[in-house]
Amino acid sequence: MEQDWIWGLIGGLMIGSAGALYLLMNGRIMGASGIIGGLVDGSERKAWPERVAFLAGLVLVPPLLVPLYDGFDAHLTDSLPLLIAAGLLVGIGTRLANGCTSGHGVCGIPRLSWRSIVATVFYILAGAIIMAVARHLLGWI
Amino acid sequence: MQRSLFAALAGALFGAGLLVSGMMDTAKVQGWLDVFGAWDPTLAFVMGGAMVPMAVAWRIAARRQTSVLGTALPAMPAQRLDSGLIGGSVMFGAGWALVGLCPGPAMAATLLNGTSGLVFLLAMLAGMVATPALRRALTARGDTAWTSAR
Repeated sequence: MEQDWIWGLIGGLMIGSAGALYLLMNGRIMGASGIIGGLVDGSERKAWPERVAFLAGLVLVPPLLVPLYDGFDAHLTDSLPLLIAAGLLVGIGTRLANGCTSGHGVCGIPRLSWRSIVATVFYILAGAIIMAVARHLLGWI
Repeated sequence: MQRSLFAALAGALFGAGLLVSGMMDTAKVQGWLDVFGAWDPTLAFVMGGAMVPMAVAWRIAARRQTSVLGTALPAMPAQRLDSGLIGGSVMFGAGWALVGLCPGPAMAATLLNGTSGLVFLLAMLAGMVATPALRRALTARGDTAWTSAR
């Protein structure tokens, strides 16, 4: 538990290096919602091979590394209403805002993009407020 | 081919980083947002760590015309704060808090989170597919609240 922040920092450096690689080699911003969103809504079909390749690496590598951990547990809820409502909110919200934690947070803020800074402030604030209400007031989560 | 190779490498490193950082554990993500409970600061270290290589990459990119593989580097988007950016971010933050998943970790855990993970992913994809129509409807209504120049 005490080492969580060290692993967070190491993992963060890996995530940032992935974004740097994607930017400098492919000339693309590593935004998870943009990469998948542009594929499924048909708006960015032209660059589909590199998007699919990115997603293949993203989906296939974590399960290969999980055996190194003694028991990975995402602590994911099994409440269908919560999963469906949250999935819709995340899907619509990230596409309306043109980015999520990776695109706006990891890639946009170090570029000093004003839009990304504002987006990140709003999704963290909204998240903290919903957490306070849903967990401490309503006891949903 | 080269583009796909480097994209797959980036995706792999992103996924590995998400796992190592603990951000595929929804309890740690929800813990970050739970400022009135057992607050977990790990996400700040992940974000801070990730911003270091990205800041370096943007400085290198600023001195180049194209990426190494020849694509034009992404131009800075128009810096306009519109209702989509604000409203979308609020919706995203709400969903993020409710189950502790954002798009990257949700996809990274496609093969790990079982049925619950797939339900979330399908709902997320459905939301993404529906968004262009929703955006058109909002624009048609002339909804430009919160719009301001930088």
